[in-house]
Amino acid sequence: MQSLTNRKIDVNRSPMTFAEKIYIPEIARGMAITLKHFFKKKATYSFPEQKRPFSSVFRGLHVLNRDEQGRERCTACGLCAVACPAEAITMEAAERLPGEENLYREEKYAARYEINMLRCIFCGLCEEACPKDAIYLSETYTPADFARKKFVYGKPDLLIPNPVTEPEAYQKALGRNVETTAEAFEKLKK
Amino acid sequence: MTLLAFDWALFIEKLVLIAVVIFGSLGIALYSTWAERKVAAFMQDRIGPNRAGPLGLLQPFADGAKLIFKEEIIPNSANKWLFILGPGMAMTAALITSAVIPWSSHLEIAGRIMPLQVADVNIGILYIFGAVSLGVYGIMIGGWASNNKFSLLAALRGASQAISYELAMGIALIALLMLTGTLSLKEIVEQQMAPGHYWNIVYQPLGFLIFIVCIFAECNRTPFDLSEAENELNMGYHQEYSSMKLGFYLFAEYVNMFVASAVMATLYFGGYDVPFLNESLLSPNVAALVGIIALMVKIVIFIFIFMWVRWTIPRFRYDQLMELGWKKLLPLALANMLITAIVILWLQHK
Amino acid sequence: MGITAIVFWILSALTLFSAIMVLVSKNPVHSVLWLVATFFSISGHYIMLNAQFLAIVNVIVYAGAIMVLFLFVIMLMNLNTKTEMKKNLWMKLGGVISGGMLLWILISVVRTYAEQSKGHPKIASVNTGEIGLIKNLGHVLFTQYALPFELCSVLFLSAMVGAVVIGKKN
Repeated sequence: MQSLTNRKIDVNRSPMTFAEKIYIPEIARGMAITLKHFFKKKATYSFPEQKRPFSSVFRGLHVLNRDEQGRERCTACGLCAVACPAEAITMEAAERLPGEENLYREEKYAARYEINMLRCIFCGLCEEACPKDAIYLSETYTPADFARKKFVYGKPDLLIPNPVTEPEAYQKALGRNVETTAEAFEKLKK
Repeated sequence: MTLLAFDWALFIEKLVLIAVVIFGSLGIALYSTWAERKVAAFMQDRIGPNRAGPLGLLQPFADGAKLIFKEEIIPNSANKWLFILGPGMAMTAALITSAVIPWSSHLEIAGRIMPLQVADVNIGILYIFGAVSLGVYGIMIGGWASNNKFSLLAALRGASQAISYELAMGIALIALLMLTGTLSLKEIVEQQMAPGHYWNIVYQPLGFLIFIVCIFAECNRTPFDLSEAENELNMGYHQEYSSMKLGFYLFAEYVNMFVASAVMATLYFGGYDVPFLNESLLSPNVAALVGIIALMVKIVIFIFIFMWVRWTIPRFRYDQLMELGWKKLLPLALANMLITAIVILWLQHK
Repeated sequence: MGITAIVFWILSALTLFSAIMVLVSKNPVHSVLWLVATFFSISGHYIMLNAQFLAIVNVIVYAGAIMVLFLFVIMLMNLNTKTEMKKNLWMKLGGVISGGMLLWILISVVRTYAEQSKGHPKIASVNTGEIGLIKNLGHVLFTQYALPFELCSVLFLSAMVGAVVIGKKN
């Protein structure tokens, strides 16, 4: 069969030459390779101090977005739950009462919104399905925990801080909140 | 008072020397574990332990403290006394080998000449052989007493490997002994130091090659670490061990490595000899210090080679191991011995 | 009583104790280990006689190689099943006769030695006597006893060939 890429290398099954049979030169070759790696630049990030920069398309923990006046964008349409291949999202809708206009943008909102992080596969289909730009995948991990229950994230865990009352926390949660390695290095230098 | 009529100064001097040698070997073994992890990391493009102290230099103490404070478990079906005896024997056998190694020429303190060697016996090399052959017992007893299939298999592997490679090692050494004409390690070093004489590696390159391969096998180091082959035997002969008893086994390996490096440096690389330096021009104490440093540098290089090989070469299969020992190294060592004998005879009758 | 005598007595006691333990131990592995201890204390005696070469060869060959092979065989046997040998009368009789003969020989050796050295009792002492040193031993082996030495090697060779023949299938 013709290979589609030309990266394939055939296994060398020719009988060993004398130099290979006496083993010593091959050992020397192997040891030269390891010695070369000894002096190479190390790939390690010392994690808590240095963080690996995320890819621009990284999909991490979910965030429920607010608009610029601090109102929740989610309207509990359920499209994200339908789109979710892992069936990790559940929600309960409620009607906006008079006087709650500064809390919810639409007339209908999610009274309960839960994502089971143990089921979630971080595919990002919910983000794509959302017509209101309410759910986003951010650039943080799901932290480890001891109990299964803790992995069912409710609204308090998911909602982004209010940009009107806590602008700083909001800015931080907006994304790009993880310093890149280059920045971490700059910090370490100082 | 006849009972006490012996040289107390000598007694104390030797006692101090023994203490220094033992604690020195233990200290170096301690830091070998750190070095092993660092070398492994560097060869795998990592940086290794760096949290405990600067450069992770306190890591061995953290590991040691962990091992000491862990719960000690003796399996119900194990043979209790032998289970405890095993790691002790492994450690003892590793430590007693260092008794005949000349660390340097001698110190002169208050007019007293103090040789830096615990015992200059005239059978030094044979003594090392004896101690090495004892190391097998630690593995065998531990493996059998744990009452575990894998441990037993590992113990048998280790023992048969050690016995097989002792032969080739012995014959490689006989060729060296024919050159030197003495079994005392001190005299061997002094011969190599003599002007107009090169290190023994120049005269016995093949012998050294065989010797170092056998040393690797005797120390149970990769590529001959079949007695602790993780993927086949879970963990090998120390599988049932926990706490500091496990620590003793792991530690004995590093002590062995240190002593083996010292032996190789002494036999083939001039011991405490500094190349291109006439030690007799220096005052004895300075010469002794320079000698110790030279020997230590050689030992560190050998330990590095041990680790370098470990992180390069994969483990042998068991039949390959036996074939290498019996069908390759042994005939090669015999040939080396014969050639050496012929050359010596030819030189004598020329 | 000098330090030599003290060491001698300690070593002798150790030798006898471990030799007895070899016979008394129920567990064959313990027996082998006691035997190793016996070899060590005998090596200690050799060192007292300034026969360092013999001492270390005793350790290397007996404790280091032969006993390891013994241990090998015993460990591979299934020790859990009780397969105790039947002790019939003939076995006991044979044991008594062979043991008695050994004792007889030992006593006669000690007695002849005692008669020969009447009035000059020799005690084991440190650092005297050179015959056990490797140089003298090698010299004697390759001059005076060259023929027996070579014959021994032929014997070993034939034993080795025999082992190979047995070990080969077919």
